[in-house]
Amino acid sequence: MNQSQSLRLLKLGEKARITRIVADGELGRRIRDMGLVPGAEVEAIGRAPLKDPVALRVKDFTLSLRNNEADLIDVEVLEA
Amino acid sequence: MMRPLTIALAGNPNSGKSTLFNALTGGRAHVANYPGITVDKKEGRLQGVPHKVRVVDLPGAYSLTAYSREELVARDMLALERPDAVVDVIDAGSLERNLYLAVQLLELGAPLVLALNMMDEATKRGLKIDSAKLGRLLHLPVAEVVATKGAGVPELTQIVTDYAAARAQNPGPWQPLVISYGPDLDLVIDAMSKAIEQARFLTDRYPARWVAIKYLENDTPVMDEGRKAGAIGARLETMAAKAAAHCNGTLDTYPEAIIADYRYGFISSILKGGVLTRDDRLDRIEFSDKIDRLLTHTLFGPVIMLGVLYLVYQITFSLGKFPMDWLQAFFDWVGEAVQTGLPDGLLRSLLVDGIIAGVGGVMGFVPLVMLIFLLIAILEDSGYMARIAYMLDRVLRTFGLHGCSVMPFIISGGIAGGCAVPGIMASRTLRSPKERLATILTAPFMTCGAKLPVFILLTSVFFPGNQTPVLFGMTLLGWVMALGVSWLLRATLVRGKSTPFVMELPPYRLPTWRGLVIHTWERTSQYLKKAGSFILAVSIVLWAAMTFPGLPADREAAFEAQKTEIAAKIDALAPAGSAEEAPAQDGAASAAVETEGRGAAPTPASPDDAKKEAAEAPERAGNDAAAAPAPAGDETVESLKAKLSDLDNAKAAETLASSLAGRLGTALEPVSKLAGFDWRTNIALVGGLAAKEVVISTLGTAYSLGKVDKEDMAPLSEMLSAEGKTVWAGLALMVFILIYPPCVPSIVSIAKETGSWKWSAFSMTFNTVLAFLLATAIFQLGTALF
Repeated sequence: MNQSQSLRLLKLGEKARITRIVADGELGRRIRDMGLVPGAEVEAIGRAPLKDPVALRVKDFTLSLRNNEADLIDVEVLEA
Repeated sequence: MMRPLTIALAGNPNSGKSTLFNALTGGRAHVANYPGITVDKKEGRLQGVPHKVRVVDLPGAYSLTAYSREELVARDMLALERPDAVVDVIDAGSLERNLYLAVQLLELGAPLVLALNMMDEATKRGLKIDSAKLGRLLHLPVAEVVATKGAGVPELTQIVTDYAAARAQNPGPWQPLVISYGPDLDLVIDAMSKAIEQARFLTDRYPARWVAIKYLENDTPVMDEGRKAGAIGARLETMAAKAAAHCNGTLDTYPEAIIADYRYGFISSILKGGVLTRDDRLDRIEFSDKIDRLLTHTLFGPVIMLGVLYLVYQITFSLGKFPMDWLQAFFDWVGEAVQTGLPDGLLRSLLVDGIIAGVGGVMGFVPLVMLIFLLIAILEDSGYMARIAYMLDRVLRTFGLHGCSVMPFIISGGIAGGCAVPGIMASRTLRSPKERLATILTAPFMTCGAKLPVFILLTSVFFPGNQTPVLFGMTLLGWVMALGVSWLLRATLVRGKSTPFVMELPPYRLPTWRGLVIHTWERTSQYLKKAGSFILAVSIVLWAAMTFPGLPADREAAFEAQKTEIAAKIDALAPAGSAEEAPAQDGAASAAVETEGRGAAPTPASPDDAKKEAAEAPERAGNDAAAAPAPAGDETVESLKAKLSDLDNAKAAETLASSLAGRLGTALEPVSKLAGFDWRTNIALVGGLAAKEVVISTLGTAYSLGKVDKEDMAPLSEMLSAEGKTVWAGLALMVFILIYPPCVPSIVSIAKETGSWKWSAFSMTFNTVLAFLLATAIFQLGTALF
């Protein structure tokens, strides 16, 4: 099994599985509303021109979140 | 025998809910606001059924928590109005996430019908959905639709009406779905539900279990209700806190997170049973990804975005110019007609300068509002607006704003020549309340199209030869002020963490004409209904302030006497001025007017001087006439007419000076002198509240120049130059005009968009103080140092 790392460090094109989310309150709720829960698979598909926010593919749609929001999410990188 | 059925339409943003609403209701909707907040409340009538069925469009939401106004409104409507059926519009392409809302609606007990929208798109992406099976597993009707093409809409209409009618005939209590939240929470939830039922706490509105879950989710509005209810609230909070402590201690997580996990678990258990199958050979959102590779590219992305923003601006104002000019011409024509048709007096002045000018002002914005909302609808429906927010977030969040704030700024005059009214309205695209408020309050700092002619006039006087760089500098200063003040506001009055950016980037889609037209029309009619009447009312108040109390009777009589005298002379001379001479003299006459206009200088230094001078003016005119015993060469009809017009101008100047606005301007002079403004400037600035370009015409009246045209400001600029104001006074005035309170239509728009006049009052006070401080600093420092 791969080591857990912050979602911020995910490279473009890499796929990963969410292991842990430490956000609570409104941010936590928003993250969960969008389907980001432990076990969900994500893929980094793009970064904004200033490298923040990041665009993620989650299941069947694309969402964006800021780097400091990605810091609250741990993932394990999946083999390609 | 039957009361009208009510159907509510719920769904995620970008699920095509509005399109389906239009398809179900035939596009005829009644749009209102929920009381006190600016969330649209749309209602229509279901088409294709014989009896009346109300369709209420709930705001788009991802869940039924109470973090956004949209979600709270949706929840309250369901709990209080108890619709006979709720249609959850689901983007079939992302079924799993969309079902998250559906599950919460079921937990509330709502009589749910699922409408799987955009089935065509989902199929193209290789998703197969067994909707019949989905319906069996969730015990509810499911319809497949393609709302943009109208496919499946008649079937959905039938299903929903049957379902709602059946519910209405057997109106038992709602049957909430019960999901297990695991051993750690289920016990607590049960215990809390019992307590809730015993105390009958909110049980008339929500299922007891649902209320218990909300306590575990830290739902503020429900907990506030509990505190009001007394002991039960405290008891539930203790139970919830204990459960949270347990989760934190043993599982290192929050109850909310566990609840969400189990909800998603429930959804995937349903989908796994053969409801959703994927064909992985198809790259699912390939097309959108390819476009994004270009449109959000590190280099090309921002360049294309600037191009798009510039284009939106250009189209709005270059295309909007034509209907605006026609409207202006029309209202000018009506004004002229009334002017000639009615005798001079208060009624005429009220009609022409108050009502017709006011209605014209309101209508003048309509083409702009329409165009900007058409273009915004295109950007939103196509999915590009989300990319703008995505690319600009990093920059704008530094100032406490949102990526989407850029659109209101640009429209308000971020590119000089915009307009704050459509700009403020364009802030509706922002879903984060604090960022939105900061945007609304700072957008009016931009160089709008009404400030522009004032700046052109002032730069021609104070910065001849350097007009362009100074104008550009003012535009930049507008940006600096907007961003700086917004940063300041977000650190003080509108303080609070930035709203999380977690945001969907919807796939690129082609907007439908029908959707665009409906959206544009709704916004425009709302502007007319909500803002229009207020703008008109305030225009009339301002007219009154600049008209009353009017000249004292003796002064009025003196002016009239002079006028009658000159008029009589003209009559006497008229036969002498032969018909063939008249055309040749036209040019000479206007030249005479101009010289006389200039001759009116030297400008009086104080209002008292002005009054004295104005008082002398008619006498002088009279004396001149009397002194020269009408030698035919000297006193022609034209020179007399010019005198008559001078007399009118002098009268207008004196009327203005003695009006409420004039007295205010005079009273403020001791203070405004600090910034280098004399009483005339003050009056003009008060007039500028109606619309900033009024500054020019008011200055014209105050300097006895009569009507000064935007197209020809030469006489006024000469007058200002002759006065010998310094460059610093000019610069201070320009900065003041840039920053001081926006015009009345903007102030009304601020109130309408923030839902509170409090913010309009704030904007007026804060901007005036800020503008005055800056103007004073520029004038004082500039004068002292250079």
